[in-house]
Amino acid sequence: MANLTHRFLEKHKKLERNVSLLFVFSLLAVLVGGIVEIAPLFYLENTIEKVKGMRPYSPLELAGRNIYVREGCYVCHSQMIRPFRDEVERYGNYSLAAESMYDRPFQWGSKRTGPDLARVGGRYSNEWHVQHLTDPQSVVPESIMPKYGFLTEQALDVRDPAAHLIANRRVSVPYTDDMIENASADMKVQAEIDGDWDDLLARYPKAVVGDFDGDPKRLTEMDALVAYLQMVGTLVDFSTYEPDLSSR
Amino acid sequence: MLTATPIILTGAGAFIGLLASAFAKDAFFAQHMAILAIILTIATVILLKRFQFSSPAQIQRREEAARSVYMDDVIRWGVIATAFWGVVGFLVGVIAAAQLAWPELNIQPYLNFGRLRPLHTSAVVFAFCGSALITTAFYVVQRTCRARLWGGNLAWFVFWGYQLFIVMAATGYLLGITQSKEYAEPEWYVDLWLTIVWVAFLMVYVGTIVKRNEPHIYVANWFFLSFIVTIAMLHIVNGLSMPVSLLGSKSYSAFGGVQDALTQWWYGHNAVGFFLTAGFLGMMYYFVPKQADRPIYSYRLSIIHFWGLIFLYIWAGPHHLHFTALPDWAQTLGMVFSIMLWMPSWGGMINGLLTLQGAWDKVRTDPILRMMVISLAFYGMSTFEGPVMSIKTVNSLSHYTDWTIGHVHSGALGWNGMITFAALYFLTPRLWNRERLYSLRMVNWHFWLATLGIVIYAAVMWVSGITQGLMWREYDAQGYLVYSFAESVAALHPYYVMRVFAGLLYLSGALIMAFNLFMTIRGKQRIEAPLRNSPAPINDKPVVAQPAQ
Repeated sequence: MANLTHRFLEKHKKLERNVSLLFVFSLLAVLVGGIVEIAPLFYLENTIEKVKGMRPYSPLELAGRNIYVREGCYVCHSQMIRPFRDEVERYGNYSLAAESMYDRPFQWGSKRTGPDLARVGGRYSNEWHVQHLTDPQSVVPESIMPKYGFLTEQALDVRDPAAHLIANRRVSVPYTDDMIENASADMKVQAEIDGDWDDLLARYPKAVVGDFDGDPKRLTEMDALVAYLQMVGTLVDFSTYEPDLSSR
Repeated sequence: MLTATPIILTGAGAFIGLLASAFAKDAFFAQHMAILAIILTIATVILLKRFQFSSPAQIQRREEAARSVYMDDVIRWGVIATAFWGVVGFLVGVIAAAQLAWPELNIQPYLNFGRLRPLHTSAVVFAFCGSALITTAFYVVQRTCRARLWGGNLAWFVFWGYQLFIVMAATGYLLGITQSKEYAEPEWYVDLWLTIVWVAFLMVYVGTIVKRNEPHIYVANWFFLSFIVTIAMLHIVNGLSMPVSLLGSKSYSAFGGVQDALTQWWYGHNAVGFFLTAGFLGMMYYFVPKQADRPIYSYRLSIIHFWGLIFLYIWAGPHHLHFTALPDWAQTLGMVFSIMLWMPSWGGMINGLLTLQGAWDKVRTDPILRMMVISLAFYGMSTFEGPVMSIKTVNSLSHYTDWTIGHVHSGALGWNGMITFAALYFLTPRLWNRERLYSLRMVNWHFWLATLGIVIYAAVMWVSGITQGLMWREYDAQGYLVYSFAESVAALHPYYVMRVFAGLLYLSGALIMAFNLFMTIRGKQRIEAPLRNSPAPINDKPVVAQPAQ
């Protein structure tokens, strides 16, 4: 044993005198863990459940999600319901991997200073969301959330929504040519009152349509954010979903 | 030595920033590039004003530079930058903490909590700790290799390039430019810039080791090297993204959903493992033996825990994703490795603490050494707490709560903060050729303010986190949830107020340090009674009977 230790230390002395060897060995040591843990997620088929209903975000929802990202909502709100009785009762069915498969970046979050938002879609009215975002304490007195009233003032950037869809397609989100061609029109029509929504809804089933921010004349950042919040976690129909017990 | 190259580079950079701002595809990119152009223009003007055509003074300076073996100017700037970013990071932390206690303090849109918190974490992790790492890496590698930094002005590029990265990242957050991946928030173009700077850092570091005048590469350098290499790997992979336009700020992550989540926490956890641990162990392996004037306790232990630490750390990422949609096998693997990680972590702590064998008496009289000891103690504590929290049962309670926040702070404030303060106190008199620090009593004050601050912070967050976790899962006899979410928020208010107080203690300690370092650099010495140089009090004798002679 002592002899073995001695021989090991003698061998190790080579590393201690050769920076190239030290570099290579320390790089090898840190490569292993990542390869073993991350790489299989890309090819193991049961990593992401096969579910019906998942689709890429509509242009307006995507713009809303980008505002969610920009304002750092993930700092206080998770979007990941764990399979515990209290969480499922409080927030709804536990989250599936499939539900965030088009999320780039993911917004699972790591902290609940505020409640989980994975299934906030459809829980409250548009008016509630606008009021709550503008002055959270007027709706929930105990809330410590900052105010986001400026979103109502700020016009949404509508210059080139197709570019955002194309960028997503380049990282393999399945936007079709049809979706990309109609991106500008889809973005506007989703927040119109009495708009011609048929094509939009054919491309993006279950999209929530209509005016969101209380001012149908303007398309604001508030419209986009609420359009996103109203669809989060609503795409998979859990009344018909059956978990594949072998996959978890 | 100032040459024309940096002036041309900063000038060209300012011009490119101006063009990018003018042709930007979105308002955010236009604003951000305008900021870049202004910064680089100011830098160019400063450099131009300092430029001299081979005047006698410059020739003399060149001769001096050639004579002095070590390149220390950049390290002097690094000491100042580290102290500065420390104060900034702690200040933003106190403000963010106050916003959670009193939400009226949010100022929309730029100073809302969602934008300030990434500013706080980045200011502490990347600005304060990052500057400390670059500074000490440059200092340690020169001393332990007995060689001047390789690459000449490249070291200056690393330092100022990194400072530019910090400023671009920070202004980006306030404008709303973020990838929203925790601790990797900067957008694609800032990420690219950091990659260039980091590769230059690696070149300077390895180049210096290559031309060393010592046959043996000292252990501190193994840790620094592994830190630089691994951070490069993590940063590049986690930063992979698709920009919407090369003239726009927005990009979409190359990975989505569950793959993005694990890539992010592979990165996030090892930002802790390599930025805040391996790099700082490099600092520990140089400054603790120096200050204690003792050799490292065990050479073999340093080998074992070095390889153990860097190999095991990488696996621990999934413990941030317990009970999520990440496959169970990955979660379990992450948990098992997190628990194993306890051993090499404590190997480092033990090697550091036992280095004080035969020098423990100095802990009484030397507040700098005491800072190092407490920092190792906090390192040991948080690397024990971490594996405990990575156990799935514990994690089901602690995850999503303030417990995690408390854990991070006992590591960052206790381990990273304290050892950095000690290193700054060690470096300043030596780098500016001062006989001693301006005031050792102020170091003592700093020590106690900071320690008290951390202890209160961690304790308050334990209570707050466990309260939160228990309230969320509390059921009544009829089987209904007892508390609404809002009630759990209201219950935490007192703890959030106490946290602000703890943060203020820590911040005031850092302000005292900044003043102390400033006066030391100016060459002042405070006239004060020496710190406890008297022998042990008479009644401070062992209680047990002394063995017969």
